[in-house]
Amino acid sequence: MATTSAHHGDNYINHEKGLWSWLTTVDHKRIGLMYMMTVMFFFLVGGIMALLLRLELFAPNTAANVGQVLKNGDVYNQVLTYHGAIMVFMVIVPGIPAILGNFFLPLHIGAKDVAFPKINLASWYCFMAGAALAILTFFTKKIDTGWTFYTPYSIRTGTATVMMVLGAFIMGMSSILTGLNFIVTVHKLRAPGMTMHRMPLFVWALYSTAILQLLATPVLGITLLLLAVERIFGVGIFDPKLGGDPVLFQHFFWFYSHPAVYIMIIPAMGVVSELITTFSRKVIFGYTAIAYSSLGIAAVSFFVWGHHMFVSGQSETAGIIFSFLTMLVGVPTAIKMFNWVATIYKGSVSFDSPMLFALGFLFLFAIGGVTGIMLATLPIDVHFHDTYFVVAHFHYVMVGGTLMALMGGFYYWFPKMFGKMFNEAIARLSFVFIFIGFNVTFFPQFILGAMGMPRRYFDYIPAYETLNKVSTVGSWLILTGFLLGLYAIVQGIRKGEKAPMNPWNSKTLEWSTTSPPPHDNFAVEPIVTAGPYEYR
Amino acid sequence: MMWFNLAKAQSFMPTQGTAIAKQVDNLYGFLLITSFIACALVVGGMIYFVWKYRRKSPNDKTAYISHNTFLEFLWSFIPLVIFLGVFAWGWFVYHDMRSMPKNALEINVLGKQWAWEIEYKNGYKAVNEVVVPINQDVKLLLTSNDVIHSFYVPSFRIKQDAVPGRYTALWFRADKLGDFHIFCAEYCGTSHSGMIGKLKVVSREDFDKYLEQGQEERNLPLAKKGEKLFAVKACASCHSVDSPAVKVGPALYKKFGTEEVVDDGSKITVDENYIRESILDPNKHIVKGFPRGVMPTFQGQLNENELSALVEYIKELK
Repeated sequence: MATTSAHHGDNYINHEKGLWSWLTTVDHKRIGLMYMMTVMFFFLVGGIMALLLRLELFAPNTAANVGQVLKNGDVYNQVLTYHGAIMVFMVIVPGIPAILGNFFLPLHIGAKDVAFPKINLASWYCFMAGAALAILTFFTKKIDTGWTFYTPYSIRTGTATVMMVLGAFIMGMSSILTGLNFIVTVHKLRAPGMTMHRMPLFVWALYSTAILQLLATPVLGITLLLLAVERIFGVGIFDPKLGGDPVLFQHFFWFYSHPAVYIMIIPAMGVVSELITTFSRKVIFGYTAIAYSSLGIAAVSFFVWGHHMFVSGQSETAGIIFSFLTMLVGVPTAIKMFNWVATIYKGSVSFDSPMLFALGFLFLFAIGGVTGIMLATLPIDVHFHDTYFVVAHFHYVMVGGTLMALMGGFYYWFPKMFGKMFNEAIARLSFVFIFIGFNVTFFPQFILGAMGMPRRYFDYIPAYETLNKVSTVGSWLILTGFLLGLYAIVQGIRKGEKAPMNPWNSKTLEWSTTSPPPHDNFAVEPIVTAGPYEYR
Repeated sequence: MMWFNLAKAQSFMPTQGTAIAKQVDNLYGFLLITSFIACALVVGGMIYFVWKYRRKSPNDKTAYISHNTFLEFLWSFIPLVIFLGVFAWGWFVYHDMRSMPKNALEINVLGKQWAWEIEYKNGYKAVNEVVVPINQDVKLLLTSNDVIHSFYVPSFRIKQDAVPGRYTALWFRADKLGDFHIFCAEYCGTSHSGMIGKLKVVSREDFDKYLEQGQEERNLPLAKKGEKLFAVKACASCHSVDSPAVKVGPALYKKFGTEEVVDDGSKITVDENYIRESILDPNKHIVKGFPRGVMPTFQGQLNENELSALVEYIKELK
């Protein structure tokens, strides 16, 4: 025994060596890093698709069904579908919980690992298997249904719906397993003295998310299976030709996919809470309100799915009820915004790159939020539904919100994860390009939507040309920003200075262990005596 | 009311073709202004605080403010009131939008990949063009032939999905003469973005004339009738007729009498029977290089006379 332990390094990265030790690891930190690698890869693929879409839309086409960059409408629709499906199922949904959550949830609450380490590894394999199936479609008949798989189009199209849907189903399993793991971990593995109300807000956010993952994802799974059954065996469920109801699919789909929107954004809100309090060096304002508003959002989010369907033919009454409930979700979201701003008040604010991303989040999420209220307003949505206004809105929330928080959180915890510092100047420059590029790309899309340009359009009327050009130029700025970020990260991992234990002077538990943490997280089990943000 | 006008000028909404459009834009204008104020408060507050309380020394002491119940109540309650106000206003407008008027002019609209088929009460059919009289309630009864489409007229601020297997409806009362775009807003495949129609608002007299002319067209010669049908069935969205350029399917220009290689390698002459077969059972012999399953069958949708008219028309494409 003594000899084996002598081979072990003093942190989780060099604890064991070789690819096999990574592929069989049950260490939550290593699994977090494996998710990081895979999600970054998928982000690259989905990002290339996005750039292609924008290039195609740089100018309207000169002949029917012949593209400027992409061959024809079918190719455009495939690129669009891969962009959406990859970014949703393989980047934004797993992004924060699977990378940062896996790595920091146990560290945050003073635990050695998650409750079920092997299930944690299994969920990564599930994710990879599902992703592999989804990517495989690219080498068969491809897929062109859009990420929403609306019936009856998805039943009738000649593309590989079944394989893609099974991929999404298996990735859903991964999401469920992660959710289950996090819930049990939060309930059972908190260190002595770590009461629920002493948990960092990121943990609260992950906990609310986990509940959603556990309860909503099975509905998606069942829906996708029904779709596969209909396609393979011709059982009439959603296709009116077989006696099915296509709108039923939309109800099922959004019953998952609306809560899924919060699966994507709540963890980001958690990260932002951590960043704002750390870089303002001040206790968070309204801890209880933020913690419980996450749960509140999660609960109400189950009852608002119909706001995706105001023009689908659902009844006027249904539309009115869903509009009302959607307005209610706006309240806890607004509360969080005010709390974050109030936290900065009388703080000591530094402008390190993680904080820049957090402030960028507040700016973009404010715009994403108010446009969300517009879309929840019935007659306005009738005009904006399925136009670029919606595209702009959800990119402000999903990219401006979730992705900004993911980047900020990643820079924030980078020293802890790798034990090295990154190049701060390049990280800031990367922020500037992403932030400006993002607004240049997506703000014009609000205007395009107001002007009436429908989404998922391969071609458009000349009136929309100028704004589309601006939007495409913006996408190149975003590209530059992410390339700079990638450089900062790779260079930091390879040659960064050694990071101290607590470079940002944070108060949460993960900063009380070495950087990078040892295999068992803490040399001695921590005993918690105070809340998470005690800057006194 | 001045600031509503200001907001409208900034809102880039298309021409207001109906009274409902004006109502929608008023609400949107209000939302734009309140949103702008809310964002200015939150983001402005953030920027002000961030600058005012920037770190001055590495050991700055900060205030310990854990919460403030009154403030928190205030910033929960005020947004709630605004949101509910907006909701109620929205409900009011939406109710008008969804209450179908009695005695409206009813027009049937059939969405199909990738065109809108319009049918008037007197049996007159058109494609991708809805002609309506000004200042008249019009009700559109929508359905779809294949997948879900969505009938969208930006200038009227109306949109409704056309769902296969059921009817949905929308109504409008145009108060401006002119041509307005009809878009398909629900993704429907290859030529989704090409499914653009025209909504023409004309005077009462012009509308009556339009319908009469439509009646006369019924007594046309066979090839002319075929030409009309070719347009009505939206064949032209996939097959070009005035040049050999390929759109989605093979071009039909000068095609009659030529020989084609089909995808099982055999050769076939484009004669009356092959055209007929391609209309009724399009996947039986696919011209090499084109995908299967793209063209829908028209079995049961055309009578013998109509088939002959189409064949005659394609024969004469020279």
